[in-house]
Amino acid sequence: MYATNYHRASSVQDAVKLQAGADEGKYLSGGMTLIATMKQRLASPSDLVDLRHIPDLKGISGNGKSVRIGAAVTHFDVASSAELKAVCPAICDLAHHIGDPHVRHMGTIGGSVANNDPAADYPAALLALDAIVVTNAREIKAADFFTGLFETALEDGEMIVAITFDAPQRAAYAKFRNPASRYAMTGVFVARRDNGDVRVAVTGAGADGVFRHSGMEATLAANWSPDALAGIAVDPSNLMADIHASSEYRANLVKVMAKRAVAAS
Amino acid sequence: MAKVKMTVNGRQVGSDCEDRTLLVHFLRDNLALTGTHVGCDTTQCGACVVHMDGRSVKSCTILAAQAAGSTITTIEGLAANGELHPVQAAFKANHGLQCGFCTPGMVMTAVDMIRRHGANLDEATVRAELDGNICRCTGYHNIVKSILAAAAEMAGAQQAAE
Repeated sequence: MYATNYHRASSVQDAVKLQAGADEGKYLSGGMTLIATMKQRLASPSDLVDLRHIPDLKGISGNGKSVRIGAAVTHFDVASSAELKAVCPAICDLAHHIGDPHVRHMGTIGGSVANNDPAADYPAALLALDAIVVTNAREIKAADFFTGLFETALEDGEMIVAITFDAPQRAAYAKFRNPASRYAMTGVFVARRDNGDVRVAVTGAGADGVFRHSGMEATLAANWSPDALAGIAVDPSNLMADIHASSEYRANLVKVMAKRAVAAS
Repeated sequence: MAKVKMTVNGRQVGSDCEDRTLLVHFLRDNLALTGTHVGCDTTQCGACVVHMDGRSVKSCTILAAQAAGSTITTIEGLAANGELHPVQAAFKANHGLQCGFCTPGMVMTAVDMIRRHGANLDEATVRAELDGNICRCTGYHNIVKSILAAAAEMAGAQQAAE
């Protein structure tokens, strides 16, 4: 790891100020991606601004209908939150299958969302749940937030404060895990609202990152059942291909994971 | 360079280190607590697992500076008054190790697992929760056996105490 300067922020304003004052400052949350990347010398921020101790970024709150998850809430705390289980057990299940127990004790929802790894799990949940990404400056709809591979709508120095969303009527996440990395080789989050609106969001498969599948959404809006997806063809032309799976293999996984998610919802 | 202070195995410690120093190196090089191992160095193998504020974490992927002010428990902090911790005793009794390199991380992981699940711990859960710990000797069967034996032993001891 190259040399860096560590700062511990006490508030959101403090963090923004510390980052702005650095040559190439980066926000550090759980560090489960950033520290690992720095160890490989693939990132070399001059300064790290640690967000783990900012009270405003902690905690999960809600009113039984809508919820707010602080950006520094760990995957473990999302997975074991009774409040979240009551409104959207699918997101608890998703968090429970990120990485391994030790990674879940450190990694945070805000860090994962800000990094927008194309194989990360949370982007699919946020897109399917029509969630809002709350930053220190504004509120951004998930659909406008994830802009490409590791790319988001965050401006330089802007930081995520919380994630909010309304409880879906039904939702579930199904993931085909890469057995070595535990990232999604394909993950599909399905959600249906009280008004019948359906969203199907896919992670781990898209060449440009997380995406919605409108064909599946229309089909499931008419008939919410795994069998309804039998006739859907997923186009492999815009899907990733790597040593783990071809785009055709991922196209099939998208359909299989969507069916499993609907069955589990 | 900054002085990093934390509580390690019940003792207040402080030592100068660079901001980029990883917690595992701080423990091993600055505090001479070499029970915590560096295996893969890529956050996968779990040989470096310690407890930070009561939760298992991978000390090779945390800066010592991030851990400043926290309470750390390492493998050296488990045995009390010369008596092996029940998890350590169970690993010994069930031959839960071969070369022993992964053992500190396995034991710290097991202690965390038993803390969270208690007597409800079953084999499927143990296997799923060993996701972040790799044994290159592939001695998983006896590791699982050791953890289940320790969970039963500790639940029994707790019941007896009540």
